[in-house]
Amino acid sequence: MSIAVTKSRYQSEEFSARLRRRYAAERRFRIAGMLAVGIASLMLVVLLGSIASKGYSAFWQAQIRLEVTLDKQQVEERNYTAILRQALYAQVPAATDRATRRSLNDLLSSGAPYELEAMVNANPSIVGTTQTVWVRADDEIDQFMKGFIRRDVPESERRLNDVKIAAIDALVAKGSIQSSFNTTLFSAGDSREPEQAGIWGAIVGSALTLVVTMLLSVPIGVAAAVYLEEFAPKNRWTDLIEVNINNLAAVPSIIFGLLGLAVFLGFFGMPRSAPLVGGLVMALMTLPVIIIASRVALKAVPPSIREAALGVGASPLQTVTHHVLPLALPGILTGTIIGMARALGETAPLLMIGMVAFIVDIPGGLTDSATALPVQIYMWADSPERAFTERTSAAILILLAFLILMNGLAVFLRKKFERRW
Amino acid sequence: MQLTVLLIILALLTVIGYQMGRSRAVASVGGRIVELHSVPSYHGFYVALWAGLPALLLFAFWGASEGWLVMQMVLAGLPDRLVQGDAQAIGLLRADILNLAHGVTTGREPDPEVVAAAERYVRLHALGDWSLLVIGCCIAIGGLLYARGRIDPDLRARNRVERTANIALVICSLVAILTTIGIVLSLLFEAMRFFAVVNPLEFLFGTHWSPQMAMRADQVGSSGSFGAIPLFAGTLLITGIAMAVAVPVGLMSAIFMSEYASPGLRTWLKPILEILAGIPTVVYGFFAALTMAPFVRNVGGSLGLDVSSESALAAGIVMGVMIIPFVSSLSDDVINAVPQSLRDGSYGLGATKSETIRLVVLPAALPGIVAAVMLAVSRAIGETMIVTMAAGLTANLTANPLDAVTTVTTQIATLLVGDQEFDSPKTLSAFGLGLVLFAVTLTLNMVALRVVQKYREKYD
Repeated sequence: MSIAVTKSRYQSEEFSARLRRRYAAERRFRIAGMLAVGIASLMLVVLLGSIASKGYSAFWQAQIRLEVTLDKQQVEERNYTAILRQALYAQVPAATDRATRRSLNDLLSSGAPYELEAMVNANPSIVGTTQTVWVRADDEIDQFMKGFIRRDVPESERRLNDVKIAAIDALVAKGSIQSSFNTTLFSAGDSREPEQAGIWGAIVGSALTLVVTMLLSVPIGVAAAVYLEEFAPKNRWTDLIEVNINNLAAVPSIIFGLLGLAVFLGFFGMPRSAPLVGGLVMALMTLPVIIIASRVALKAVPPSIREAALGVGASPLQTVTHHVLPLALPGILTGTIIGMARALGETAPLLMIGMVAFIVDIPGGLTDSATALPVQIYMWADSPERAFTERTSAAILILLAFLILMNGLAVFLRKKFERRW
Repeated sequence: MQLTVLLIILALLTVIGYQMGRSRAVASVGGRIVELHSVPSYHGFYVALWAGLPALLLFAFWGASEGWLVMQMVLAGLPDRLVQGDAQAIGLLRADILNLAHGVTTGREPDPEVVAAAERYVRLHALGDWSLLVIGCCIAIGGLLYARGRIDPDLRARNRVERTANIALVICSLVAILTTIGIVLSLLFEAMRFFAVVNPLEFLFGTHWSPQMAMRADQVGSSGSFGAIPLFAGTLLITGIAMAVAVPVGLMSAIFMSEYASPGLRTWLKPILEILAGIPTVVYGFFAALTMAPFVRNVGGSLGLDVSSESALAAGIVMGVMIIPFVSSLSDDVINAVPQSLRDGSYGLGATKSETIRLVVLPAALPGIVAAVMLAVSRAIGETMIVTMAAGLTANLTANPLDAVTTVTTQIATLLVGDQEFDSPKTLSAFGLGLVLFAVTLTLNMVALRVVQKYREKYD
């Protein structure tokens, strides 16, 4: 006789099957979580990767070497175009007929004569001599040199005809064409010609706007936070202010642009496209961010500090200005920098107040017409030329570099001055 | 120029005033500071305030009213021939004078009277600036001398300075309220002007949107039509796509990071999401227009679908990516706020981790998550740059995500960019749309905040 072995119900077939199913569900859930994080990370990599791969080439620009003879008469007539063309024809001796030469004229940037003129004006003694100069090539030559215009495409579908490509080949063979660091990108204002366009004007505009934003929003924001956190009685009125600030933080930025358009431009008659107005609008927009961050920082200062100060006879205002604010300063600073970084990247309100304009000059003051870095990106993104796509991406890289710098500074300050009580 | 000079002079005078008040207070008691009611520095602040504040107030008042005042004086000096006409004509005249005064050349040959007016404007403006400089300096010096004369050992300088400081603090905290009032009033005011021309019902429920107004009355299609339903539908479509991306990914990321990830992994993952949150929207817009849209088009094309090059899908997906960190950080907060005891109880009953999360943590966190999603929706509705750059401009009433649609924010941006006259219905319609946008996002935020507040009380 054998003893029947009864399995416990925890060892039954159904039970282990159920357990397997539950564990499988557990694994699936976990994988779903990993997948979600993976998707987010992947999108970040794709986003940054696509922009970096499109934009890195904009930091180089093709230049052509010419032996220019600065004929006195031509200089006096300011006929620099002719001087450059003669030098170019000399570089490509094969080109003799008119049609070929006309094609060659497009090799140089339309800004090259001005470059040469500036050179002559800076040093008039070179008139009458022959000089070796490097002048910017046209953006299509630049794109060809970077390999974005392909040789094997049929001529009719190519942006460069065979004559130009032959001329470029001749120049390359002589070492007369080279790719050098694109300083124009960092020193020029906007331009219709990609090879002459730069972001310096936009950076200055952004800086002027941010200065106004900071001068307004930081003192007002910190003062409001101090009042609400340290002095305000707890009543309906302060509740209203608080709800208001929270709501204001979530109002779409374009609404602030409408406010700026209707009030600052329409009612007060301030100038369009001015960094002053941009700064005012941005200040109103970042105010809630700064108030909320400052309040958190003030709240983190322990009450014992205040009590000690009050105990030795300081007035409430002295308590705050001598003891609480200095201790809360790192937190306030961090919040401020993050608010400024957000203002730097904001575009929509600036579109409303006319900071989206084609502006060649570098703005010199708060009421000059200006544009801002993100707006410049927006405008360039609309341009059809391949060279502008490249420059847009480069401008984005520069904007991101500024943002990383600012956020890195905020993280550094937080790490360095963070105090646990 | 004069204004800068005035500000520098004011700054100098306040510093001088501070030193003066301080030293005079000390001198008034012969160095025995104990006999002063307030410490010397408060006397210094007292004088500095008197030197700086009145002049600064004048400066602010002047800055706000000068342009208007000078313009009124110039307009009053013009011959009746020019000033006649309705508000629109006068507005045009005013713009002409301003343009001439600022040296902006317009295409047409200006009226000699208008040129003279512009010159008068420039002259009056300069005169005003100079008189502001002189008057401002006089007021500052007068205030300084007055306060200096009042310095006395018994002067309650601390109380006075602190009261002024307190008032300043209150005013600063009122700026937020003023901003809200400014938004509401400016939107309402301009929207009212729009609704005077276009029936509000037609605006809210009309199904045809083409805001182009004819230049001449006899042109074909001379009146624009302002039915905003296609815009609302387009906004909802793109927001829906964005949410379909952002909510699952954001929520699962939050769950993974707060429940599964090791602390080491979390220090890596959190910054990734923070970077995603810190990227400016114009960058997302560029990515959507130049990378995502062609990608979606190619994929759709290879599946035999006809995808528009400005498809709602591409804009929606990228907007979803933008909102992922927003959803995940808000959900992270509410998931962390669920007390550990709830989880422990569930584990004690033998539940696996995922069962605990699905059946215990998520239901407990649900109100917070709902609020997070509502805030995310409000964010998506108000987002401008991605849709302006990647979504279309034609108002199609469609539910097909592969078609091009336009959104409320896109229309606001395109209607107001560039030089338009300020009072055509076309421009004003942007304010009508802005009002709707503001009302919807405000309602969503209010409800979301209410939900969060209610939820918070639960475990305290």
